[in-house]
Amino acid sequence: MSDSCAAPDQDAALPASVDIEKETVLTGTVVNDEGELVQGAYVRLLDGSGEFTAEVVTGEGGQFRFFAAPGKWTLRALSRYGDATGEVEADRGLNETKLAVSR
Amino acid sequence: MAREDVLVTADWAEENLDTPGVVFVEVDEDASAYDYGHIKGAVKIDWKDDLQDPIRRDFVNQEQFSQLLSQRGISNDDTVVLYGGNNNWFAAYAYWYFKLYGHEDVKLLDGGRKKWELDARDVTAEVVKREPTNYVAKPLNWDLRAKRDEVEAAIGVKNLIDVRSPDEYAGRLLAPAHLPQEQSQRAGHIPTALSVPWSKAANEDGTFKSEAELRELYVGEAGLDEGKSTIAYCRIGERSSHTWFALRELLGYEDVKNYDGSWTEYGSLVGVPIALGDEPGTK
Repeated sequence: MSDSCAAPDQDAALPASVDIEKETVLTGTVVNDEGELVQGAYVRLLDGSGEFTAEVVTGEGGQFRFFAAPGKWTLRALSRYGDATGEVEADRGLNETKLAVSR
Repeated sequence: MAREDVLVTADWAEENLDTPGVVFVEVDEDASAYDYGHIKGAVKIDWKDDLQDPIRRDFVNQEQFSQLLSQRGISNDDTVVLYGGNNNWFAAYAYWYFKLYGHEDVKLLDGGRKKWELDARDVTAEVVKREPTNYVAKPLNWDLRAKRDEVEAAIGVKNLIDVRSPDEYAGRLLAPAHLPQEQSQRAGHIPTALSVPWSKAANEDGTFKSEAELRELYVGEAGLDEGKSTIAYCRIGERSSHTWFALRELLGYEDVKNYDGSWTEYGSLVGVPIALGDEPGTK
């Protein structure tokens, strides 16, 4: 991973350097009313107090991914099809969430 | 400075896509975003390939910046409208460069790519070709850029604004949460720095908050001393460009600098003071 604030490709496989045993990964997909995967949705990660932490843009697979810490998080998706909010109680390892956006 | 002097709305942009003398420039962290789709007529600047020196750890100099803009077909008297992803971090970073090198008329598209996409406005993958120009950048304006020694000397003297997330500020994380935590430099913040995450200056759709909301945020909530000079920093200088824009360009504070070395530099310096935890700490 580069030494930058750059947004990594959200559809790429997890880099080999990422240790799932140690990392807390929040991942999932954004879908619209029709159940289609939404590319170009903005997914925001908010911490336990509702404070903004990070934001990524979904790729072709409608996928997002954050590296965080165990605990309570809020996921907020914005898109041209509408918005969605999801609450996650994250543990170490992979934590998967589907966000269905609507107007 | 009035908001409309430095920010344009998406509606204004749409009405001025073909206006002579107005050049749209997309600045991205992710170079493929532009190729997938951009605002009609917009040229691309890559924050890394185009704005960083390829060898030294520094950004492009006056001559390199002149060459870049000449090659992109931008003239000294053009109105340059910058926009990009990540809530305009990289566009704000480029805006700071345009000001550093003395460009007269430069603005940000409020909300950047995100607002444009959420509004479902048109984008195109059309290749944009502009005739090369002979752009002449002015010498770097050091009134806008802080270096490390100046930052250390500012501890307890000037306003220091740390715009990273609360966890990065406290030293619980070394990088934003969408990146793996593989950095090795020390965690924490510069003592006495106030924590005002960049994101608090923006609405959810990426547009900047109103001047009244911004003043309440920095002065009312965070305790910025309006009688003092200010230095903003983040991890590598992009997020702090966003805050620098809010403080200097929108709120009109005169002496505001961006410390582009930011935490990757400061957190690797030998012997400098570091504060851990949620409190600013003391000198």
